[in-house]
Parts: sequence; C-alpha cells; structure tokens
Amino acid sequence: MGYEAVIGLEVHVQLSTKSKVFCSCSTEFGAPPNTHVCPVCLGMPGSLPVLNKKAVEYAVKAALALNCRVNLKSVFARKNYFYPDLPKGYQISQYDMPLAEDGYIEIETEKGSKRIRIKRVHMEEDAGKNIHGEGDDPFSYVDLNRAGVPLIEIVSEPDISSPEEARLYLQKLRTIMRYIGVSNADMEKGELRCDANVSIRPKGSDKLGTKTELKNMNSFRHVQRALEYEIERQISVVEEGGQVEQETRLWNPHLGITETMRKKEEEHDYRYFPEPDLVPLVLTEQFVENMRSELPELPDEKKKRFMDQYGLSAYDSEVLCSSRELADYYEKAVSAYNNPKAIANWVMVELLGRLNKESKDVTQSPIKPEQVAKLVELIDKGTISGKIGKQVFDIMYKEGGDPEAIVKEKGLVQITDAGEIEKFVDEVIAECPEEVQKYLKGKTKVIGYLVGQVMKKTKGKANPQLVNKLLREKLEGMKG
Amino acid sequence: MAISREEVLYIAKLARLEFDREKVEEFTHQLGKILEYINKLSELDISDVEPTYHVLDMVSVMREDVVGQSLPQEEALSNAPDSKDGFFRVPKIIGGE
Ligand SMILES: [Zn+2]
Repeated sequence: MGYEAVIGLEVHVQLSTKSKVFCSCSTEFGAPPNTHVCPVCLGMPGSLPVLNKKAVEYAVKAALALNCRVNLKSVFARKNYFYPDLPKGYQISQYDMPLAEDGYIEIETEKGSKRIRIKRVHMEEDAGKNIHGEGDDPFSYVDLNRAGVPLIEIVSEPDISSPEEARLYLQKLRTIMRYIGVSNADMEKGELRCDANVSIRPKGSDKLGTKTELKNMNSFRHVQRALEYEIERQISVVEEGGQVEQETRLWNPHLGITETMRKKEEEHDYRYFPEPDLVPLVLTEQFVENMRSELPELPDEKKKRFMDQYGLSAYDSEVLCSSRELADYYEKAVSAYNNPKAIANWVMVELLGRLNKESKDVTQSPIKPEQVAKLVELIDKGTISGKIGKQVFDIMYKEGGDPEAIVKEKGLVQITDAGEIEKFVDEVIAECPEEVQKYLKGKTKVIGYLVGQVMKKTKGKANPQLVNKLLREKLEGMKG
Repeated sequence: MAISREEVLYIAKLARLEFDREKVEEFTHQLGKILEYINKLSELDISDVEPTYHVLDMVSVMREDVVGQSLPQEEALSNAPDSKDGFFRVPKIIGGE
C-alpha cells in the first residue's frame, strides 16, 4: 500500500528591530553574555513590558506579505512553562487572538505551483540561550541577551505533502521576509527556526494519522532529511503492525535519525491566559493600509511579471526572483540587451552555478550584469560561438574584464570566412582517410567526428554550421 | 467538590510545588470552595458580553524602537545564586525544554 505524508510547519522568524520587543535592550548579536539585559527581560518583579512599535509594523508587513487577514484587535497571552532560558516562568505570546490569520504562499514544485495555506501569524518574544556543559561538567550556562527579541510564529495548515515541499516552503518564507526587509531569516543563525508536525496515511485517504512533532532542524537540508527519515520511520512502524505514538522527537544530525524527546503524557500544559501587563493591541485600517503601501513588489508578483514580460517559465522566474538582488541583476542585464531567455540561461546556469559552488550570492558576483548582456549579444551577432562564450564567461568570472576585450585579446573571434575554414576542412579530410571512407560508404553519421576535428584545429573558433556545410559538400563531391 | 485531588496534585506539579498529604486535602477543599463561588458567574447569560481581556480602558500602548541602557553584566548576575564567566549557571538541563 502506498502512503502519503501530511506535514505542517511552525516557523519562528526573528524580526530585525534594533531593540527588544518589550524593553529597550539591544538585539545586537554576539555581545558578551548577559550584557543586553534589564529588569524587564530578566523578569524582575515590578518591571513592566512596553510593546515595540517597529516590531508591530514588521509583524503586520509579514502577515500582509503572507496574504493573511490582519486582526485589528489582538491580545498578548502568557504561555507558562519552566525552563532556565525563560526568566519570567512564562513567555509572552499570543493565543486565542493572534495578530493575523488565513493566509497562504505559493511554492514552485516539479509538478507545478502549489498553494500552502497559513493558519495564523502571531507575535511573541524569544527565550534566552542555554549552553550545556561538556563532558562531566554538571552545569548549563544561560545567556539572556536573546530573551525578549521579537519573533513572529508562522503556522501552516497541514498542506505540505513531501520533505521537498517543506524545504521549498521554508525557502519561500525566507525570500519573502528578506524582500520586505523584516528579517534576514538565516536558518544557520537561528533567525528562522522550524518545527514540523508530521503524520502518514494511506494514499488518497482523508483521515489524519497520529502525528509526531520534530525539533532541532537548523538548516533547510536538515529539515528535508529529518522529514524523510521520520516519514520512512512511521511507514515501517505501521507496516510492521504497530502504531505511531504521539510524541516530540529530536533530529540528531550526526546520526541522521530522529529520537524520542518526550512522550505525549509529558507534553506541556501551558495554561495560557491574557497577559495582564499589556493592554490589547488595536490597529486601525489606516495603519494596516500604510503597511501594505510600504511593501515592495513581492516575490510572487515579480515572478508573474517575469513570466509575462520576459516570457520565462514559472520555474526560471521563481529562481530569478528568489532574491531581490538576483532579480535586479537579471533585469539590469536584460535592460542592457534584450534577449531575456538567453540571459536567464546564462545567469541561472553559468553564473549561479559558479556562485553556488563557492557559497556566494549574486551581490558577490565578479561579473556585472551589463557584461553578461554583452556576452549574449556577441553570441547573437555571431562574433563568437556559444561554446567560446562559455570560455569567455569563465575568464570573466576568474580574471574579470569585459567580454569584448577578452575576445579580442585572446583571439577568440569566430571564423566565418569560408576560405579560411576550407583550409582546415581539407587538412582534416587528408588526415582521416578511414572516417572519410566510412562516410563515402554511407555511414554519414561519421561527419560529426570530422566536424569535431575541424573545431579542434580552430580551437573552437570556426562557425560549426559552416564547417558542417563545407565538409558535407567536399565529401559529397568525392563520391562522384 | 469542584476540583479533584488529582487535579490539585497536577496543578502543584506544573507549578513545581510539593505538599504533604494534609495540605493537599486542605487545598483541595479550599480551591473547590473558590471554584464553586466563581462558578456562580456561569449562572449569568453573557452571550452578548465581550470578554474582558484587560481591565484598563487603554489599547495599543507602544514605544519607539530605540535602544536604551541595559544593566551592567555584574548587576544582571548579582541576584543569581550561581554564575560563571558572565553566564547564569544552573544544574545541567537534560532533555530539552
Ligand atoms: Zn531588557
């Protein structure tokens, strides 16, 4: 029997405000431990939280960019549990009256576009950081600099049906957060964190299986791998006649497995109640509309425009719009020379290929967009062949320089003079009597080899179509 | 009784509180009384009443995103029973949150 996975993700995104969400301590990363703390974020008696306006603006922008309905009234609530990184004994979050609900984003899968619904977006504060003593050290060490940094939690509906879709969803979230400038959303830095709820069911069934919650996945790749493992695990449990237990499991990246962290009966009972230290957050329509008007062209809007304006595929548009900088780079190139499809290819295959290999992004590209445009123009005009184009691109990438100058300097201009090419064709015919005989006996496919020989002699500079034509004429003439 | 002994023990556990047998009996009785009294409210029809999330007649009190003064590390740690190298030091935490 075939199974399908049902996955929902809970994502926390750190908002890039200067100060914390309920006090004026700095959110700057990397300070010495416990130097960005005050009575409020240390949870000292008598201190009172005051909401950061910028955090609200960022959260509303994020909610709008995720196509959510912003609730004009939302309420903060206390989520009660004990843990050393939580100085108050509760986390200020939102519960029954979240900031926003009912949104969606679109991801581009191999099977086409898919919409993943978003259940809610709410505001909350981050906890501190625990460092566990190594080896025999019987202590843990707590740094509360991060306690009180603003977060939004984005909860998806269980619309995700594969580990790959989960990765695409997260990458799309990151893209959106970066576009609108509310978070850098870097998973490795913990600015975007993800927990997953996953269950399996027989294909086509509409019943939900027992789900497990997965934690501790701190990169896109780990999310995908952890889900792949967990789905396989659940399937084998069921196939062996067992039952999946409701529990929280931790991804162990070293072993590549998920392990039980706590069973259902050990689950927390958070006893939420309205935060008496904060008055409700009431927003005006005007405020929400102001936030909407400050949003830039969003990734999906840009993607649709790229498809319409440049005639690109959904996939190509999705890739080129995966960051604002990359989309800008592409559009700069296209405005310098109008061949959108060819430029898309060079940017995606040659440029991104090289950049990705070096873990760089487009802002670190040694090649300027205008230079990519020029290269494509040189190929289109027949000054150089596509093959030589790759060579030129490589030189541009490694040594820098304008394509025209490189072509001139290295003598890479395409040979289009029939007389000149004929010389090489004659040479090759003289040097390859066996292949020529094969051709004359009807094995005309051998011409490919002969064309290759001519190209080799001209170091790839001959116009291949012309070489083909001349060779064919000569060989046919020899048949007589 | 409006609350069972098991529920009292459960709440005590969540609050990290420990009581002897007698105290548990006493609290079960007292909490039950309180809950019974509060339950009087459910006799009222409040279907048209908006829930009171806050007793103050204020909303949306906010501050600008400006960094202010934090405490010196020494002072931040001064109330802690134990600290080391600028960190609060606590017994080793096992098994996540
Ligand atoms: Zn503070």
